[in-house]
Amino acid sequence: MIGFLRCVFFVLIVRPVLTVILGAQVRGRELLPAQGPAIIVANHNSHLDTLTIMAMYPLRMLKSLRPVAAMDYFMRSRALAWFVTNIMGVIPVNRGGMNRDLLMRCGEALDAGDILIVFPEGSRGEPEKLSIFKKGVGHLAKARPLTPVYPLFMHGLGKALPKDSYVLVPFNCDVVVGEAFGWAGDMDDFMASLQERMAALASQIHMAPWE
Amino acid sequence: MIARWLADPVHFAIAAIYGILIFASLVTYVLCRMRPGEATQELKKRVTSWWWMITVFTIAILTARAVSTVFLGFVAFLALKEYLSLIPTRRVDRAILIWMYLAIPVQFYLAHEGMYGLSLVFIPVWMFLFLPACITIGGHTEGFLRAVGTLSWGLMITVFSLSHTALLLKFGVNHGIGAGALLFLVALTQFNDVAQFTTGKLLGRHKIIPRVSPKKTWEGFIGGLVFTTGAAALVGPVLTPMTPEWSAVAGFIIAVSGFLGDVTISACKRDLGVKDASQLIPGHGGILDRVDSLIYSAPVFFHFLNYFFGNWPANPL
Repeated sequence: MIGFLRCVFFVLIVRPVLTVILGAQVRGRELLPAQGPAIIVANHNSHLDTLTIMAMYPLRMLKSLRPVAAMDYFMRSRALAWFVTNIMGVIPVNRGGMNRDLLMRCGEALDAGDILIVFPEGSRGEPEKLSIFKKGVGHLAKARPLTPVYPLFMHGLGKALPKDSYVLVPFNCDVVVGEAFGWAGDMDDFMASLQERMAALASQIHMAPWE
Repeated sequence: MIARWLADPVHFAIAAIYGILIFASLVTYVLCRMRPGEATQELKKRVTSWWWMITVFTIAILTARAVSTVFLGFVAFLALKEYLSLIPTRRVDRAILIWMYLAIPVQFYLAHEGMYGLSLVFIPVWMFLFLPACITIGGHTEGFLRAVGTLSWGLMITVFSLSHTALLLKFGVNHGIGAGALLFLVALTQFNDVAQFTTGKLLGRHKIIPRVSPKKTWEGFIGGLVFTTGAAALVGPVLTPMTPEWSAVAGFIIAVSGFLGDVTISACKRDLGVKDASQLIPGHGGILDRVDSLIYSAPVFFHFLNYFFGNWPANPL
């Protein structure tokens, strides 16, 4: 039932809106992990980020996609919390970083062959500005050193629906997927490599100034 | 039955366009066989996209006029969205952008209903005054001039210019030619692009406007002009109320204005530092890259046709 609702939600709402209003242009779609376990690491500008990534996958894969998201924001209403955990398949995080409990739940999802979607910027932050990544994703990669990590950069969604806005303004958006990499034994190296790869992806697209 | 279907000039012209398309596909197939490589692959992508675009356009203009107008409005929406995504914008202008998008249904409704006067003043007068006033009331003066300039111009070139295609449909109904005038404009504008490109590739020597479009040549421009004028003289009398001579003049005007539209959008892209407006249509770029010529040729051809062949000024449309 939930799986059916999820498909209906994506077919009738998410995909039409993303195609018509946002028209995502994806580079490197063929690099996206076709199956788990895998970790997709993306920058965070908008509520639309997760939906955009999930909409790139065929419907049968939806149940294996597990966004990792801060729950305090979504727990404000029960309907929203139900929607986020059931339809979106979110693994809830308590803000304030990676703790052992969360690391365990993420690890379990990976062991079950799921694809985790994480946003190490922590919050949507200043739209369309890349902030420093938090180390939680590094701990996760360290805990599952064989799992491939896919950097993914998005642009334009923060203009279409930034933080604190409820009105969607049509903008074209870009998605760039990068080559997979993984844990190589050192936290600082991992984080630096991630940040570097993200910057390289960002440099591939035209970003109109947005002040 | 097929003969009866083809008796309609618009149907006949569409069949002829598909004939050209099939011919182009055969030529491309042979070229790909003879000279496999990146250039022919690009050509193949282009031709495939032409099949899609022509089919979608054909379906759109063969259905009810309301559907055709909605389709044309959707093209204008895509063009405006592409433009707004390319230019620098201010966060504080988000509300202004929504007003701009809302102008699309209004403008195409006015055109659909054939409200000649209102459809010509709604954007150049009302939106022109309204948008800066909104920005002013918002109180954000830093970057005010740039915002007003880029947003007003964008609304004009995308929504206002392209809405003349919907006016042409209304003109067609009023003069018993259906979608004939619109098909004439769109087919010849695109034909001019292709003729210009092909003659330029084969004979091009002298650059015409190197600082804007380094690949455009005088030979290409003149080739487009000659072929488009000739083609117009042939098809004009079938699709529109014009005689062969007038059709030739219309073809000439479409070729010149189409060229100007093309290089104007090129100048805009050059200033923004992009080669293509987006990657929506494989081998072609974005919507703006495809309708750039139409942005100029649509208003120019509409006013030409309506002035000389409408009941102007007694009954302006």
